[in-house]
Amino acid sequence: MNDFVGTSTLVRLALRRDRVLIPLWVVVFVLMAAGSAQASIDLYPDEKSRIEAATTTNSSPALVSLYGRIFDPSSLGELSLFKLTAFGALLVALLASMLVVRHTRAEEESGRLELLSAGVLGRYAALTAGLLVSGLTVVLIGLLTAVSLIGVGLPVAGSFAFGLVWTSAGLAFAGVGGLTAQLTEGARAANGLTAIVLGVSYVLRAIGDSSDGTAWVSWLSPIGWSQQIRAYAGDRVVVALAPLALLVVLVAAAYALLRRRDIGAGLVRPRPGPATAAASLRSPLALAWRLHRGSLYGWGFAFLLLGLVVGNIASNVDGFAGSESAKELIQKLGGVDGITDAFLSTEMGVLGLLASAFGIQAALRLRSEETALRAEPLLATGVTRSRWLSSHVLMALLGTTLLIVVGGLGAGISSGAELGNTGRQVPRLLAAAAVQLPAIWLVTALVVLLFGVAPKLVTAGWFLFGAFLLIGQFGSIFDLPQSVMNLSPYGHTPRLPGGDFSATPVVWLTVIAAALIVAGYTTFRRRDIG
Amino acid sequence: MTSAIVVSGLHKSYGVTHALDGLDLEVATGEVHGFLGPNGAGKSTTIRVLLGLLRGDSGDVSLLGGDPWHDAAQLHRRLAYVPGDVNLWPNLTGGEVIDLLGRLRGGLDPKKRDELLRRFDLDPTKKGRTYSKGNRQKVALVAALASDVELLILDEPTSGLDPLMEEVFRQCIEEERHRDRTVLLSSHILSEVEALCDRISIIRKGKVVETGTLADLRHLTRTSVQAELASSPNGLAKLPGVHGLEVEGHRVRCEVDTAQLDGLMKQLAASGIKNLVAQPPTLEELFLRHYEDDTAEPALVDAR
Repeated sequence: MNDFVGTSTLVRLALRRDRVLIPLWVVVFVLMAAGSAQASIDLYPDEKSRIEAATTTNSSPALVSLYGRIFDPSSLGELSLFKLTAFGALLVALLASMLVVRHTRAEEESGRLELLSAGVLGRYAALTAGLLVSGLTVVLIGLLTAVSLIGVGLPVAGSFAFGLVWTSAGLAFAGVGGLTAQLTEGARAANGLTAIVLGVSYVLRAIGDSSDGTAWVSWLSPIGWSQQIRAYAGDRVVVALAPLALLVVLVAAAYALLRRRDIGAGLVRPRPGPATAAASLRSPLALAWRLHRGSLYGWGFAFLLLGLVVGNIASNVDGFAGSESAKELIQKLGGVDGITDAFLSTEMGVLGLLASAFGIQAALRLRSEETALRAEPLLATGVTRSRWLSSHVLMALLGTTLLIVVGGLGAGISSGAELGNTGRQVPRLLAAAAVQLPAIWLVTALVVLLFGVAPKLVTAGWFLFGAFLLIGQFGSIFDLPQSVMNLSPYGHTPRLPGGDFSATPVVWLTVIAAALIVAGYTTFRRRDIG
Repeated sequence: MTSAIVVSGLHKSYGVTHALDGLDLEVATGEVHGFLGPNGAGKSTTIRVLLGLLRGDSGDVSLLGGDPWHDAAQLHRRLAYVPGDVNLWPNLTGGEVIDLLGRLRGGLDPKKRDELLRRFDLDPTKKGRTYSKGNRQKVALVAALASDVELLILDEPTSGLDPLMEEVFRQCIEEERHRDRTVLLSSHILSEVEALCDRISIIRKGKVVETGTLADLRHLTRTSVQAELASSPNGLAKLPGVHGLEVEGHRVRCEVDTAQLDGLMKQLAASGIKNLVAQPPTLEELFLRHYEDDTAEPALVDAR
């Protein structure tokens, strides 16, 4: 057991470091679930209204691919929480994996783990502590969520099953994080790898939910497994064994890799590089491109795939809802074309949210370059502050633009190919994707402003993004006043294809984004570096 | 003689901590100036103000005839900076970083670059994250020394270097002196400063407490004297400037203010000197004298 010596000390250290972060996330998740359930209970007082709402939901391909199917239309619990089942599991999984990486690879990369390892610390202690802290967090989230749902008035068994949906997804991805942390030398890359696995899992689940013929695809996805527990609709708790088994396998693999590698090393040995810089590496922008291009390639590839998948699902909308009532509903909503467009415009909104995440993390690079003391030597050369800031801001703005174009192009090509009108679909979907850009830029610009005004609070950019996300996804359930709903830039984006295009919000969002960036520049030029 | 750096009455505080408390500093063009002080005395803060990375709260700062806050980028083309903590981009090689920094300063001499790489025994093909602290520092040093600039600002440049490399560094600075480049060398390694610097400023709690050539500073301090005399000495205790006098039979041990050395010698000679050892003050003693009272006050100003 010597390999585990010091684990408890590291667990306490991690809990001390995350004493604000972890409770905050637990509270956010519990409130999100309980609040959403409470609001829905008030919204659907009797079974008839519930079945009607559930049927409508199940016949909307946009909702089903985004959130999943309602397995039992009469179930109050499922109707209340279907938006949070798979989607919530995705968020819990993201938190769980990032927690593991934060306490393993990130510590190793910074050199802090080396300092600790020179003391009495077993080889497996850090990984074990990371997994324990992450596991503890998701178990706590699951339990407290279940208790709060029971408190709101939902069935006991179903509520615990729902908690298990989240916890099991979290545990499986704690395992994924534990493994990716062994593969790469950098924490950033480990999180990136995990995000790819998570994204693929979610897309597989979406494909599985989108039609009966492809239902088996859900079973290829850990998120799909958690969803298939079917809380409030059978409570198949046994299914949770699948993500748990995955956890065991991944953790065993992580320990095996850990045993074989040196501290600080990844699976791939770093190769020597060029002894002199390419002639093009002579400006801050060229350096920024070097720093961002790897992640941009990854995201670009993911967006292309996502676009292709979304476009493909859209073309199946026709055969989506089999029942007569659903077909009637489709006619009411504007026929097959109308519902395909409704689906595509929802998915373009999702692309917009995802691209914003790229924009935020690219803009946050400014701060991490500054705190890692890598900005200082550059700013001590002939590079002005504005030029240095511009280099990363341009990467964020152009990067998101590239992602959106690639995603829209993918969706246009694949939906056009299936529907036989590529010439029409490609420009329509490129336009639909492009109208997302002003909101994306605005959210990115908020990070730039924070970087200038309050650099220590710059990660609040993620909280703002989360708030906009929640307003958009749950604002109507919570019956928020329109003035609050208007705070989210995403709410002002024209809904294309199919909807009416209005230039006013697009222009305004762009102008505000530009103003925020200018304010970020002005304040950054006046403040201390460091 | 013109001055490359003139700082007067510079104040800088972070919240409640006063990192710089009315600092004055003058570095003449063409000299190697030692900037001496322990950790947290305000050396790095001063340098960051000189580079326009921080803005002083009050006081005047002039660098190469310009204002480092307003004309930062133009001035930076004429200087090279080696930070105390060198962090490199994990996926760029050392060679790429050297070239990049050199180009952003306005060019570097490829011959000099190769020569320095050889002298510092640095492999430029390794990725940033695989370098040790010392090697990261060498990357920054090579980039700075190979640049064609008037002023070198070096913040504890040898803190990660081994003794062999420290020697190479000293040779390089000697060569820079002969090229009439101005060097501001911040350090807490006294022997390095003693060996390299024309003039020295000692900083303490955000203020420069002593400045001048090593000879000037020595003049202000005490020489330690040990003597064996022919007969018992007398009258030593009454002499001005004599401290810590110990008399043991015919042996005498004391410290004397260097300005009063002559008086002591005359008095000793009167008793007949059989053996005499006089040690000039080392920089270490000089330094300790300024910091003596700090040992009782453990909390130095935390100047980041």
